[in-house]
Amino acid sequence: MARKLLLQHENVPGINTFDVYRKNGGYASVEKALKSMTPDEVMEEVKKSGLRGRGGAGFPAGMKWSFLDRKSEKPRYLVCNADESEPGTFKDRYLMEKIPHLLIEGMITSSYSLGANTSYIYVRGEYMYVIRILEKAIEEAYAAGFLGKNILGTNYSLDLFVQPGGGAYICGEETALLESLEGKRGNPRLKPPFPAIAGLYASPTVVNNVETIAAVVPIVNQGGDEYAKIGIGKSTGTKLISASGHINKPGVYEIELGLPVEEFIYSEEYCGGIWKGRKMKAVVAGGSSVPILPTDLILKTAKGEQRLMTYESLSDGGFVSGTMLGSGGFIVLDETACIVQHLHTFARFYHHESCGQCSPCREGTGWMEKVIHRIEHGHGHQGDIDLLVDVAKKIEGNTICPLGDAAAWPVASAIRHFREEFEYHIKYPEKVKNPKHFELEPFVSEKSLVTA
Amino acid sequence: MNEVEKIEFSKEAKALSERIIKRYPEGRQKSALLPLLHLAQAEFGGWLSVPTMDYVASILNIKPIEVYEVASFYSMFNLNPVGNCLIEVCRTGPCMLRGANDIIEHIENKLGIKEGETTPDGKFTLKTVECLGSCGTAPMLQCGADYHENLTNEKVDELLDKLGASGKRSSYMWSLKENNR
Ligand code: FES
Repeated sequence: MARKLLLQHENVPGINTFDVYRKNGGYASVEKALKSMTPDEVMEEVKKSGLRGRGGAGFPAGMKWSFLDRKSEKPRYLVCNADESEPGTFKDRYLMEKIPHLLIEGMITSSYSLGANTSYIYVRGEYMYVIRILEKAIEEAYAAGFLGKNILGTNYSLDLFVQPGGGAYICGEETALLESLEGKRGNPRLKPPFPAIAGLYASPTVVNNVETIAAVVPIVNQGGDEYAKIGIGKSTGTKLISASGHINKPGVYEIELGLPVEEFIYSEEYCGGIWKGRKMKAVVAGGSSVPILPTDLILKTAKGEQRLMTYESLSDGGFVSGTMLGSGGFIVLDETACIVQHLHTFARFYHHESCGQCSPCREGTGWMEKVIHRIEHGHGHQGDIDLLVDVAKKIEGNTICPLGDAAAWPVASAIRHFREEFEYHIKYPEKVKNPKHFELEPFVSEKSLVTA
Repeated sequence: MNEVEKIEFSKEAKALSERIIKRYPEGRQKSALLPLLHLAQAEFGGWLSVPTMDYVASILNIKPIEVYEVASFYSMFNLNPVGNCLIEVCRTGPCMLRGANDIIEHIENKLGIKEGETTPDGKFTLKTVECLGSCGTAPMLQCGADYHENLTNEKVDELLDKLGASGKRSSYMWSLKENNR
């Protein structure tokens, strides 16, 4: 059994309540940090742990903390990004719902290290019932003296609030999130200045993902070095993976980084293999925005090495033959899935979620959605595939925030690895008019037919 | 109807809105806009009319346009009336892979409306939405604050019958008493 640092107690009855959580060792990191460590010592442990941002970008968390402007006279803020909306990702929801106090504990310990006396958890609005769970837990923490004035009799004070979003994927981008928290439209800001210098209310601010903040708890408890022993290379610790799609056991799994992808998919401990006894066709390994990979490339790198669940191994081969760990949204497609249809849902998603600030993204996502839609429904034109490649290229790298890239990558990678399937749609429009075309008759490469 | 209903929060909602505003530093009360819009939507029939938005602007002491531009940006705010139960079905990739399209079709047939429409009796509005973070329990739909997961046609029938009979309005807001801060 793999070690669990976050979900260790997920099945303990009542773990969502303060008392049970506390009995199981909860809030120890707050006691340890506030009573025996300086804020900088806490940050040192986070640095040593090698913890990388778990929201998707994978930036080293300790380094991000170290950028915080500590000379400023202004108040500092810690804002938790719980705007989980990358399709395929539901781990933060699971964690907040099951063990809300783990996030709150992490918020207190992290806020102490950063010198924040007011912190916010920005939760996507659709998770309203999760907000309720968090607010209850926050009340309990106040009552037990872990929040409020002079926590545990020290001179450290912290107020913690939950903020609901309004249903906008873009608010997962940290500067858009801050805009939203200020009561504005979620339009990403131009950087610099970075939030560490001028974030919430133009004050020094750190924005961290739910899982990142939760991971601070075991890091402070056991020490950063101990945490760094788990994993491989620069991928240290454990990671929550949201597994969905055509597998036997969808759900949230805590893995030790370094687990072979193949084991993750086929072992009973995790996904339990492909459903209905079918074969696997493709995987989107890190949430909707990362490149899709066909079976052979997700199990093994182009060099023939076993692919591992780490930041490095998944991105081995760059965008030619690799992908990214991203948010850990692991979507599996079986042989009956239509790559074009699946891609269409993502293209529609990014079109819907583009904030409209940058023309390449605002216009390009709409174009891509329309062209993919017509290919999927049997109205594709010759030249549409190249048109898509061209549009994707013109969006990538030409926008203020990463949404443009996130919209372009799935399109570019689907065509790179499954071009034949797009061609099939254009060549045999009658065959794809039934939306369940590949369920009725799985796609077979014409090349293999010729050689057969 | 010639009597215009006065737009004003209930006592409970007013107290909550005052508490919410205190969560932010002096002069940053605009931060309360999203929570207050959720609250207003729950209080005033499940959508935000112009008078409702103006009322929120007056509470926060900001210009009405500052409210309109925000309300129109976020997909959870309805700028037109909706049925009693707003049924939001996720249709993004992972849900689609697990049969979301069939579920949507089933609901359309059962209610006799297409997505985006409201039943003539005003009971249901059907909307399709993007990933709600429930992909591991797909297909799914949200009605008010409730998630309904691992849907089958039978489950949908049962749910719609129950919701239709209850006559209650679905709302994202959970309760107005939950929090003291
Ligand atoms: S795709 Fe439907 S909840 Fe994520």
